[in-house]
Amino acid sequence: MTEITDVPSPFCGIGTDDLVIAVEGVSLTVTKNGCAVNTPAFEQAITDIAPRIAGKEVSLDVAVTKAAALLKDTRQPVFGGCATDVNGMRALLALADKSGAVVDNMNFTGARRNFLALQDSGWMNTTLAEVKNRCDLLLIVGVDLERFAPRFFERYLWCEAAMFLADTGQREVIYLGKAPSGKASTSPKGRKAQVFACADADLPEVLAVLRALVKGHPVRAEAVGGIAVSDLQMIAGKLQAAQYSVVTWAAAALAFSQAELSVQMLCEIVKDINNQNTRCSGLPLGGKDGDQTANQVCGWTTGFPARTRFSGGFPEYDPFLYDTRQMLDRGEADALVWVQAFNADSTPPKTTLPTIVLGRSGMVFEREPDVFIPVGTPGVDHAGHAYRMDNVVAIRLKKLRDSGLPSTAQVLAAIEQAL
Amino acid sequence: MLIKLTGGKVYDPANGIDGKQQDIYIQDGRIVNKPGLDVQIDQEYNLKGKVVMSGAIDMHTHIGGGKGNIARTLLPEDHRADPVARTAITRSGCGHAMPSTFVTGYRYAEMGYTAGFEPAVLPVNARQAHMEMGDIPILDKGGYVMLGSDDYLLRLLTAKKDQKAVNDYVAWTLNAAKAIGVKVVNAGGINAFKFNQRKLDLDEKNAHYEVTPRQILQTLATAVKELGIPHPLHVHGCNLGVPGNVETTLDTIQGIGGLPMHLTHIQFHSYGTEGDFKFSSGAARIAEAVNKHKNITIDVGQVLFGQTVTASGDNMRQHANHKLANPNKWVCMDIECDAGCGVVPFKYRDQNFVNALQWAIGLETFLLVDDPWRIFLTTDHPNGAPFTSYPHLIRLLMDKSFRNEMLATLHPEAQKMTTLASINREYTLNEIAIMTRAGAAKLIGLEDRGGLGAGNWGDITVYTENADRQLMFEKPDYVFKNGELVVKDGKVVKVTWGTTHIVKPDWDTAIEKDLQKYFDRYLTMKLGNFKISDDEITEDGRGSLTAHPLRNGV
Ligand SMILES: [Zn+2]
Repeated sequence: MTEITDVPSPFCGIGTDDLVIAVEGVSLTVTKNGCAVNTPAFEQAITDIAPRIAGKEVSLDVAVTKAAALLKDTRQPVFGGCATDVNGMRALLALADKSGAVVDNMNFTGARRNFLALQDSGWMNTTLAEVKNRCDLLLIVGVDLERFAPRFFERYLWCEAAMFLADTGQREVIYLGKAPSGKASTSPKGRKAQVFACADADLPEVLAVLRALVKGHPVRAEAVGGIAVSDLQMIAGKLQAAQYSVVTWAAAALAFSQAELSVQMLCEIVKDINNQNTRCSGLPLGGKDGDQTANQVCGWTTGFPARTRFSGGFPEYDPFLYDTRQMLDRGEADALVWVQAFNADSTPPKTTLPTIVLGRSGMVFEREPDVFIPVGTPGVDHAGHAYRMDNVVAIRLKKLRDSGLPSTAQVLAAIEQAL
Repeated sequence: MLIKLTGGKVYDPANGIDGKQQDIYIQDGRIVNKPGLDVQIDQEYNLKGKVVMSGAIDMHTHIGGGKGNIARTLLPEDHRADPVARTAITRSGCGHAMPSTFVTGYRYAEMGYTAGFEPAVLPVNARQAHMEMGDIPILDKGGYVMLGSDDYLLRLLTAKKDQKAVNDYVAWTLNAAKAIGVKVVNAGGINAFKFNQRKLDLDEKNAHYEVTPRQILQTLATAVKELGIPHPLHVHGCNLGVPGNVETTLDTIQGIGGLPMHLTHIQFHSYGTEGDFKFSSGAARIAEAVNKHKNITIDVGQVLFGQTVTASGDNMRQHANHKLANPNKWVCMDIECDAGCGVVPFKYRDQNFVNALQWAIGLETFLLVDDPWRIFLTTDHPNGAPFTSYPHLIRLLMDKSFRNEMLATLHPEAQKMTTLASINREYTLNEIAIMTRAGAAKLIGLEDRGGLGAGNWGDITVYTENADRQLMFEKPDYVFKNGELVVKDGKVVKVTWGTTHIVKPDWDTAIEKDLQKYFDRYLTMKLGNFKISDDEITEDGRGSLTAHPLRNGV
């Protein structure tokens, strides 16, 4: 048995890189610094090794040849999932370019709420080390943060020391919208977060009132979405008084119509505070299933985020039209390639089209795909790179074991070669 | 493989050759002396009547790293207007202000460029910078690592640690981030913005650390010199874009006390406060100071008219300028106790007084600085204009009547505030070759690029002489990269992959012990995971690292 230290995780999105993992053959055990998200993701056993065509085990070469044959005469295949590492995305985009495919990251419909706000008016954001060392007030909007990232509080708020705070336990935490599911947001000395819960559907109105208060506009109502306006006034006052407040949200959690306008409202509140002579920053949460990675690599390769099509011979971005599910429903695709190297439970959407799956070992299908190729998980079976939620830090993923599983990049490059 | 380039008119200032007809031989990627008569020539190119220079080197261009990708993501409408289709040998992508990586490589090569250097590599974002540059075909590349607003350095200075500790830290960071130079952006200012300071003059103290920009510049310039790093400290000065900042810039030149220093996009730092609009040209004073101080080099950061996007580490100044965003959307970020960034789209307009005068200030600077070995041709891509406008800029420098015709169409008040019309200088081909080749290679410390002597790599560009210099430089006949023909008649004919240029100064291992503690206590990454390993650059089978020798350090 060997023990590997300082292991970075591609699963939790917050860039934990202090895991200790015991390796015994191909079985992994997280022995230190695990959490409800990372531990099962690392420890999941390998079940499939061999690729399959229509359920029959074949060699990798045969599976690759079959995949290329399926793609050869397509006019607009969809590459969904797009959950892999940087090199996997590079290979995916090369193949998509060559085969005239649509590329669509599986989390894009959630992330779209952020992209629409960004591409309309922009934002002022920060990253995790700034949160750790400077944040004196954290406003959490519409998300159960500890469920999203179990170790967020331990690593970035209740850390032993911060460069610019005498006592990290003195930070204030306020929840607006969703209430926390546990006690991770309570400081080590027992200081509890303030919680102002409301229904998701009321968040747009609540945020609009908060912005009005930040800007000093009079508000006649006494309550909005069940939250007293005086409480919102208190939040506005705290944002204005803080040295370095941080406003965080998870686009994926804002599952209501036109939530991009709520993201925009939050981003504009942050800008307003900065124009009132104090600092405040946004912190969008994400980074799961390779979503930031897909958008980053697609960004530098095409100029656009990862909902882009190549069937016209050049990249075209449309955050609505090129949604995998909708393209399948509308009959606009003629094959599906599903790439999911991180999560065996994340299977392709239902379709009768020819389907090629590059998936994490252990995927169970409702309908066996035409081609299934089990691939290695970046950061477990091979080295690689993945972006953290704050989109600045690309972590270097380690190879932990010799499973013999090929990487997404190797398989996709082989299919491209065979085309 | 022996290639002969026959009979071209060669401009090779690295070897003192100014427009002389001569043959060039390339063997296995490098230029060689004329072989014996018995040696078989495998391929010959008849270049009679053509102009031959080494491949151009852009010593300051934002081609890799997070802020560029933010700029891309921010402007889908700009990409939609310039789609680039896939061909049998090239990838699809997009162009205009912040092109996709593949298109960046193709378009640079198609203009005769064979190398580009990213000047703002945040240590914590260096991985991304290298990954993006790893997807830029044909060009060689490299980066200058950004220091000066990172909390670790400021803590060293506040604790009054000696110069050696700083040198060790700088050397360690250069190795960890795989860079070839050191850059400072608004020294200490990005950090001060996190403490809500909205401006920071050269002698103004950081509210928390009580360190001044002047101290930071002196300490880092000393470190660069003592470590023997060929590229001088690369400085984006204080007060970018602020009327009156010419005084700060002159003070910065004076204050560095003879240490080697490169002042980048100096156009943005050459503004006076005269005239009705309280905005005037400081170019003449800057040029005088540069001419006098031989330790100073500059690049211009020329503004050209049209839509672009500014992407800078200087979030303090970018935040102050956000009201000028056009279209009205912008991004500022504080980053990892390391630095920050600001991305603000801009539309420079010739009928806008300030923009018109910025254009004139840049050109005045080019024309008033005497020594082409100490001034470099940049638009600070994409900040002043996209790099694809270089041929136009070259024509402005080489063609006085063209320049004056354009000047006559600008905002009339701006015309009154510039001496440009009275400057007769026209750059020569040799001077262009110095600025964009020999001088750039020397400045960065590339000992076997930028020249056409034996031993140099075969990075060569061939143009057809044309009185319209824009047309001439837009479309070279041939471009060779490491001796391979990559561009013919202005189009990519072969896709190759360049190397990444770095330096590897030594450091005392003691610094890593202290850094380890700092990382564990305050940062969000383990020190071991922060350092970029060689295989991260090379594992894709395309990338490579080329380490360059240091000058005699202390
Ligand atoms: Zn620049």
